[in-house]
Amino acid sequence: MSDPILQLKNIRKNFGAFEAIKDISLDIEEGEFLTIVGPSGSGKTTLIRLMVGMDEPSTGEIWLRNERIEKLPANKRPTCMVFQSLALFPHRSVGENIEFSLKIRGVGSEMRREKALELLDLLRLPQSYYGKRIHECSGGERQRVALARALAFDPEILFFDEPLSALDYRLRKTLEKELKALHEKTGKTFVYITHSLEEAMVMSDRIAIMKAGVFEQIDPAREIYSRPVSRFVAEFMGEVNLIPFKVEDNGLVGPGEIMLSESVKKDISGKLKKANATHGTIVVRPEFITFGKDKRADFSVGGQVLQDYELGSRIQYEVEAIGMDVVTVEKLRVDMFDGKPGDQCTLSWAMSDCHLIVGE
Amino acid sequence: MDRLNKRIAHFSAAPVLILLVAFFVAPLLVIGIYSIMPQKSFSLLAVPDFSSYNAIFVQGYLKSLFWSLVLAFSSTVLLFLLCWPLAYAMAKVFNRFTLIITIAVVVSLFVSENIRLFGWLLTLMKGGLIEGMLRHYTGVGFEGALYNVPIIIFGLVYVYFPFMLFPLMQGIAMIPEDTRQAAFDLGATRWQVLREIELPLATPGIVVGTLLSFVLAAGALAESKLLGGQTVIVLADDIETAFTYGQNWPLGSALSMLLIMIIATIAVFGISRVDIDTIMGRKQS
Repeated sequence: MSDPILQLKNIRKNFGAFEAIKDISLDIEEGEFLTIVGPSGSGKTTLIRLMVGMDEPSTGEIWLRNERIEKLPANKRPTCMVFQSLALFPHRSVGENIEFSLKIRGVGSEMRREKALELLDLLRLPQSYYGKRIHECSGGERQRVALARALAFDPEILFFDEPLSALDYRLRKTLEKELKALHEKTGKTFVYITHSLEEAMVMSDRIAIMKAGVFEQIDPAREIYSRPVSRFVAEFMGEVNLIPFKVEDNGLVGPGEIMLSESVKKDISGKLKKANATHGTIVVRPEFITFGKDKRADFSVGGQVLQDYELGSRIQYEVEAIGMDVVTVEKLRVDMFDGKPGDQCTLSWAMSDCHLIVGE
Repeated sequence: MDRLNKRIAHFSAAPVLILLVAFFVAPLLVIGIYSIMPQKSFSLLAVPDFSSYNAIFVQGYLKSLFWSLVLAFSSTVLLFLLCWPLAYAMAKVFNRFTLIITIAVVVSLFVSENIRLFGWLLTLMKGGLIEGMLRHYTGVGFEGALYNVPIIIFGLVYVYFPFMLFPLMQGIAMIPEDTRQAAFDLGATRWQVLREIELPLATPGIVVGTLLSFVLAAGALAESKLLGGQTVIVLADDIETAFTYGQNWPLGSALSMLLIMIIATIAVFGISRVDIDTIMGRKQS
């Protein structure tokens, strides 16, 4: 593997007594699409401001290839950001917006125009937009102009600060896919921050989940979905059932009347013992739970269907399992539950579809 | 419904309209008519002969006009250069301190302009606060700092400071923080951001502040009289003289019309140059 393009080493950022970033280290690989996801207040915006150069870390180092840059202001860094507000220049035309960085560098007007038109093509905006005013563009078009402006800068890394958050759902979905395609086409390194995991999953090569100034987990989307390292990550990644287990004198104990196969019991308690932990959580996604008793099932529990919700292609059920929290189950329409809310049912699922978080 | 709304609108605008006509348009009209009457006439019904306008060109009033405009122009430029950094800090940097400065500047307006200028007179004159103290303690004195053109400009800058400061502050506050940051991020230097982003986006404030200061300074009288000691005569001075000592109302009116015309031209030109909606990126309806 080649050297990382951007390295954060033990970055901390304090605002007075408040620690926004607590000792973060991160390697960003050349050409990857990395998304940093976290709820508001997790420090993701602070982090991106440090990476772009709008703020200096309190301690720690930032390396861009072989250059140490944490004290370099934004205008001296070869990176560029697409703002949440887009921050287009309202007094300039679309063309002038795109050409801004070239004008700053003293590129001649002919070459600037050529580059701007090329970028309009790349972002699938008509060339006639060159002379258009910003306020004449729609929300989606403005996104593309902002992107074109950033690409004209030809940055080593392109940062995004939740630029899609203000758009309506359908347009956002389209632009997410376009962004991913653009990433492939340009081959540039993209670093994206968002609070929407859905957005992150569609686009990213890797996702970093951030919580209270630290990374909880940095992994590809699939890994984060199926093997979350903590309850926080598991819950952040959409609907999930978290089932706590603990080791007592008489062996492994689960909540309520949950039944475990002997082999799974041994497996879980073995893993907990190995980590010297007394607690563990089984993570099981709603789509892996089946109605009825499956012979291969490692877990099973009885319950009562409380409610069903139409999700379109799937149906979601809330089941009150005996002695447990409400269990969420999602089924494709073809496998829907043969009954109605209020009916009794049995739920079962396999260990191979679960993930064990040790110690929480 | 629309027609009703229109009628209500007309009706509610009526008081202001009547006030404007009675106290703004009518006096202007009177001045306009006086300006074309024969010199020294006190009647509005004499045969117009435009002799006062002729007198302006013949009797050297153009020099006063020149000084009025030069003083107004230089004080406006100075005001802009002085106020921009302070307005910038008040709009973007200071937090609570902005309020303190605002109050301090506004409080100074509570005291009449003439009295404040007299204060400067006592401070700056020979034997005044500065020179007197210096002579008392060191034995070395100097001629007072008064009675020259720079001190008139100083007076104008001092008096019209708020009229530049607050509009500028408003204009600067309208610059979205993100656009500045984005320009930096795209490689612009501090100066390039100022030229390409901040000045254009603050244009509405700049135009308002500049026009206010210029218009007020061009019609100012007390600064040149008190601090300048009539080193130079400004047009407003001539107008006053014509109406009082001169008892030549038509001449005073003609001089007033000249000043009004010049200032109105500049103001209309200035305002038409900025399309605030385009600058701020708002949609035109």
